[in-house]
Amino acid sequence: MSAEVHTLVSEKIKTLLPEAIIHDELAYNFPVFEIKHEFIHQVLAFLKNDTDLNFHFLTDLTGIQTPDEKKLGVVYHLHNMPKNYRVRIKTFFDIAKPELPTATDIWPAANWMERETYDFFGIKFKGHPNLKRILNVDEMDIFPLRKEFPLEDQTRDDKEDKMFGR
Amino acid sequence: MSKQINIEPTPQEEEKEYSTLNLGPTHPATHGIFQNVLKMDGEIIHEATPTVGYIHRAFEKLAERRPYGQITPITDRLNYCSAPINNMGWEMTVEKLYGVKLPKRVEYMRIIIMELSRISDHLICNSVIGVDTGAMTGFLYIFQWREKIYDIYESICGGRLTSNIGRIGGFERDWSPKTWELIQSFVKEYPKALKEFAGLLERNRIFMDRTINCGPISAEMALEYSFTGPNLRAAGVDYDVRIASPYSSYEDFDFIVPVGTSGDTYDRFMVRQEEMWQSLKIIEQALKNMPKEGGFRADVPDFYLPPKEQVYNQMEALIYHFKIVMGETDAPKGEVYHCVEGGNGELGFYLVSDGGRTPYRLHFRRPCFIYYQAYPEMVKGSMLSDAIITMSSMNVIAGELDA
Repeated sequence: MSAEVHTLVSEKIKTLLPEAIIHDELAYNFPVFEIKHEFIHQVLAFLKNDTDLNFHFLTDLTGIQTPDEKKLGVVYHLHNMPKNYRVRIKTFFDIAKPELPTATDIWPAANWMERETYDFFGIKFKGHPNLKRILNVDEMDIFPLRKEFPLEDQTRDDKEDKMFGR
Repeated sequence: MSKQINIEPTPQEEEKEYSTLNLGPTHPATHGIFQNVLKMDGEIIHEATPTVGYIHRAFEKLAERRPYGQITPITDRLNYCSAPINNMGWEMTVEKLYGVKLPKRVEYMRIIIMELSRISDHLICNSVIGVDTGAMTGFLYIFQWREKIYDIYESICGGRLTSNIGRIGGFERDWSPKTWELIQSFVKEYPKALKEFAGLLERNRIFMDRTINCGPISAEMALEYSFTGPNLRAAGVDYDVRIASPYSSYEDFDFIVPVGTSGDTYDRFMVRQEEMWQSLKIIEQALKNMPKEGGFRADVPDFYLPPKEQVYNQMEALIYHFKIVMGETDAPKGEVYHCVEGGNGELGFYLVSDGGRTPYRLHFRRPCFIYYQAYPEMVKGSMLSDAIITMSSMNVIAGELDA
């Protein structure tokens, strides 16, 4: 089942945009596609609107950072409920220019998920209607899920070592 | 009931007419830390702006520093009304990463616990709809049955609300005869109580008048907003993870997926009511077909301490004991998405492992967080009191919403 979805989706994307796919695999029985970030909006809109594939349901949207801390990524999990197709779309871009077109025009549910991703990774979704922090306080000036901020709070200046003996 | 005709005022009138009301963050009617800034025209809601994140506890960041076994207690605190489903969903995710195959008996035991927690989740939600519409009796009466479910958890793992039940690969130890007895007696006696509870509300004229057409959502809109679980099914879409992509041997069981038609508060209530009956049916089947053989766990040496007599006498076993306790066992490299049917929707775990002792990245797909964003649209144009029962019927859990 997943293997069929994998070949079907990859053929469809290849006929539409031959250079869009960087890498594709079947990981743990789940079709995964890495798409160039320039084409991401086009590919997502195609996956939703294509009559055969019709990924009408956005299951999940989240951010990720590469281990070398040079790139950020966004991971989409799409679902076609009647046919039970699932697919994972990943895209990576430079951390210095963390911008990506929004998916809210394709799936309204992306609204809060993109806000959450912005909140934790600082990815700016262009065209988002209300891109501001959602779970953290508005005054926060870091993006906490990036790897440059380890769990021990490095940004505090009220905690003196001589007082607490750390 | 809740359909009101709204006449759009001009901007000047708007300045004059509307009043702002802060509903929450702590309000007895919201059952959790939710804030909604409401723009009110008399008693009619013109616009709602939810603010979330009051109890955000950075679970995804915490998980990046914790060994796999120690993430289970974090998942308890997501949807704390059905903690075992979260625990087991997480355990199954890690088992998928490791490629562990569980004995049938363990899977059936898990199903019993997951269905019990589904009952306890729906039971709280439904009785609280009763409270918000002014019927306290059902809530007080049915709540003792949640206590009985918690007694079952307690006899298995010691925990009640935040259960931390099970281990990666099965259970910590085999269930005692007392546990089986408690489950048997629950399955035998609960239908009577549920019937009485249903008699109080299901065909109650006042309750029906109050909830029918209150906070409705169409199937198209529910799908656009990525609704899952009972809320989606109440709108008329028969999507259930247990059927669509079965996990933990759900394919062996015979049950139906109840659906509603209009997606209003009454439909959501009725879908949950019927799901409780279906859960009972599943538990009965699991008890009947429970395999005798299979033990209580799979062979996953990374997460089970070696027997004590070996630890004291063998070097190797001592090393493993130490490694497991310190959480120093490395996981395989991989990227997994696993979803289970939680109390209020598709609960997903997106796990990226780079081969270390902790996840490289862990994301929880929390159904509440995703469907709560449709709330402003659902309550627009309705009365304040309808907004309250719409929220309680959506089963929004603050812990899951804010992670």
